[in-house]
Amino acid sequence: MSYEIIGITVLWLFLYGYLIIASIDFGAGFYAFYAKMTKQDHIINQIISRYLSPVWEVTNVFLVFFFVGIVGFFPSTAYYYGSALLVPASFAIVLLAIRGSFYAFENYGSKQSNIYMFLYGATGLLIPASLSVALTISEGGFITEENGVVSLKYLELFTSPLAWSIVALAITALLFISASFLTYYASRANDHAALKIVRKWALFWATPTIIMALTTMIALGQHNERHFDNMLDLWWIFGLSMGFFLIAMGLLYIGRNYGSAFIAIMLQFFFAFFGYGVAQYPYLLDPYIHIEDSVTNEAMGIALIVAFIGGLLLLVPSLFLLMRLFLFNADYAKGEK
Amino acid sequence: MEFDTVTISRLITAMTLTFHIIFATLGVGVPLFISLAEFIGIKKKDKHYELLAKRWARGFVITVAIGVVTGTAIGLQLSLVWPNFMQLAGNVIALPLFMEVFAFFFEAIFLGIYLYTWNRFKGKFTHWFISLPIVIGAGMSAVFITTVNSFMNSPDGFTMENGEFAAVNPLEAMLNPSAPTRIAHVVGGSYLTVAAILATIAAIALLRRKGAAEYHKKALKLTVISMFVFSLITAVAGDASAKYLANNQPEKLAAAEWLFETEENADLLLFGWLNEDNEIVGAIRIPGALSFLAHGNFMSEVTGLEETPEDERPPLWIHYMFDSMVSIGMFLIGISFLYLVLTRFKKWDENNKFMLWLIALTGPLAMLAVEFGWIYAEEGRQPWILRGYMRVEEAATSSPYILHMFFLFLALYIVLGTLFVITLRKLFKDNPAEIELEKHYPETMEEGEEK
Repeated sequence: MSYEIIGITVLWLFLYGYLIIASIDFGAGFYAFYAKMTKQDHIINQIISRYLSPVWEVTNVFLVFFFVGIVGFFPSTAYYYGSALLVPASFAIVLLAIRGSFYAFENYGSKQSNIYMFLYGATGLLIPASLSVALTISEGGFITEENGVVSLKYLELFTSPLAWSIVALAITALLFISASFLTYYASRANDHAALKIVRKWALFWATPTIIMALTTMIALGQHNERHFDNMLDLWWIFGLSMGFFLIAMGLLYIGRNYGSAFIAIMLQFFFAFFGYGVAQYPYLLDPYIHIEDSVTNEAMGIALIVAFIGGLLLLVPSLFLLMRLFLFNADYAKGEK
Repeated sequence: MEFDTVTISRLITAMTLTFHIIFATLGVGVPLFISLAEFIGIKKKDKHYELLAKRWARGFVITVAIGVVTGTAIGLQLSLVWPNFMQLAGNVIALPLFMEVFAFFFEAIFLGIYLYTWNRFKGKFTHWFISLPIVIGAGMSAVFITTVNSFMNSPDGFTMENGEFAAVNPLEAMLNPSAPTRIAHVVGGSYLTVAAILATIAAIALLRRKGAAEYHKKALKLTVISMFVFSLITAVAGDASAKYLANNQPEKLAAAEWLFETEENADLLLFGWLNEDNEIVGAIRIPGALSFLAHGNFMSEVTGLEETPEDERPPLWIHYMFDSMVSIGMFLIGISFLYLVLTRFKKWDENNKFMLWLIALTGPLAMLAVEFGWIYAEEGRQPWILRGYMRVEEAATSSPYILHMFFLFLALYIVLGTLFVITLRKLFKDNPAEIELEKHYPETMEEGEEK
């Protein structure tokens, strides 16, 4: 396998990791706000904050990892995406900054206020929206390059059905992923009252998620035929994704094995996300960045892969420890530790 | 409105970095002191030190939060504001950037664990062990990111062919010539600054005589001794940096010392200013000291600014930055040394009011020195973004929205800075050490101390 393929696979894997854990985090923020508004917060907010407190910083790293890695493996992405995304990415930074630091201020500093809960919930939905602009423009047709100046065509972007479908898909998917994770976590903690609420949310958000996935497919078919056709060729990957979705729905509906249900949802998104990514090959930005032309020199490619393996040897056991201590520790989840 | 995208790009980066390095410095240094305090606490079975570690850790979380979000900002801004630079340099410096993220990841995981497991382990040292990956991760982040900045000052590990990098050697680029001295100066300086800031906190608490004097005195002793050790290390590394500059980047040292003509036995200038004709007024000259600083020999020749083409010279105002940084460094060595001398003699009280006032000054001054030092280092390589290869104006974004983004980020930092101060005040003012000691460690209360 050539190292640009290894590179993009690794990066895609991290983006997928970010998608899952950021969804849980962003969704949880929104649910915490929603629960407060509907006066259910005394039931579920303890579950949410016990999960979030030790991991909020780790979530951020997945994102940093992705954008540092992609510039390292494919330096031309810095030029095109960097130039075009100045405004949306800056907004994403500001939202992330508000969210991350407010979390610390509130949880370690003072009592929870309504304004803070609102900001925390709202930024959680706006961040995926602003980040998904990058996915939209990778389909091509949204940027121009004149006299060496790369700029984003805002009018096209804001009137594009594809852009809005991707935003809507990102938001519905994150609410779905988050609710199903919280369902698992509540069952783990034996918290039946919370379980009842979050399970209802998970079942509710499943339908719009699937509808938006189909809508996005249609919009993509109109916008970028090459990508769409590639996806049709990979129909079995999306079939697998659908299959895992049905398994998850079944388990959530009968109300048992929430852990397996969540794993099925992770697999559902894994296949959908990888199928989407593989179909985009060989472009990182249609048609400006071709994966083979834009890859960094060989020496750096190898160095990055070596660094990556070394890093994983360090990270995997540490992440495992973190999960054992907090995520999969029933006593901790129940609030006894 | 007409404006120059390059200037705004520089301003936006300067602003983000000036804000970020406050929290980055704290982020590198504070874990070391938390770990030290917990270790001493376990060794000496002294609850005061355990509380020190806990209270420092609590404040640290708030600092880390801002460090993380502003660090994310600068990471993305590199590509957003300097797309051409990253396209070129990404080929050579991606490795240390990537490794920095790993170090940060490592630190983030264990920080989460450390904060939530104070009473979860049976072994006395188990919880303390978790602090080590945090100290190491924080230190390594600083090491890796400093190599990136060093690369921009002394590019190495590649050859240039038709405007593109060829024959890239990532390790050589990372371990570029200026990296060792700069790493020592940055890491040592961060530990020094944090020691000074924690000492300031203890000194102010003692000056206010609210209580828990024993606790604050222990904090003071630990941090001032550390301040002395790290100020010496930082000074030695600074001296090595100056010698490196004299040999490899002479225009930076010459601009800092206003040495226009190459001369032997060059004088070191302290303070002073330039009049309208660029003549030096009011400076104190130390004969031959610049030659000594540059090459370790009072008679040696130091290269002046005249040897650098006019359009490649850094601005002359960096002299003030250099002077302020060095003066503060000397002050820190002096104060911590004085404190150590006083502790040696029983009849003198090292915690007298005057001494405490002086120590109270060290924290803010040390942080200022960090800022001055970075401004000197960054402005001193103007007009280059990649010294000798790429000028700043070739690297900046051409987007007209950069001005709007400047104000967006300015507003963000104002909000974050304000909330940081408010939150820290709330966190510690409503819950001072004396109350916490009484509540959690009643056995440590001293005779006659106010309850």
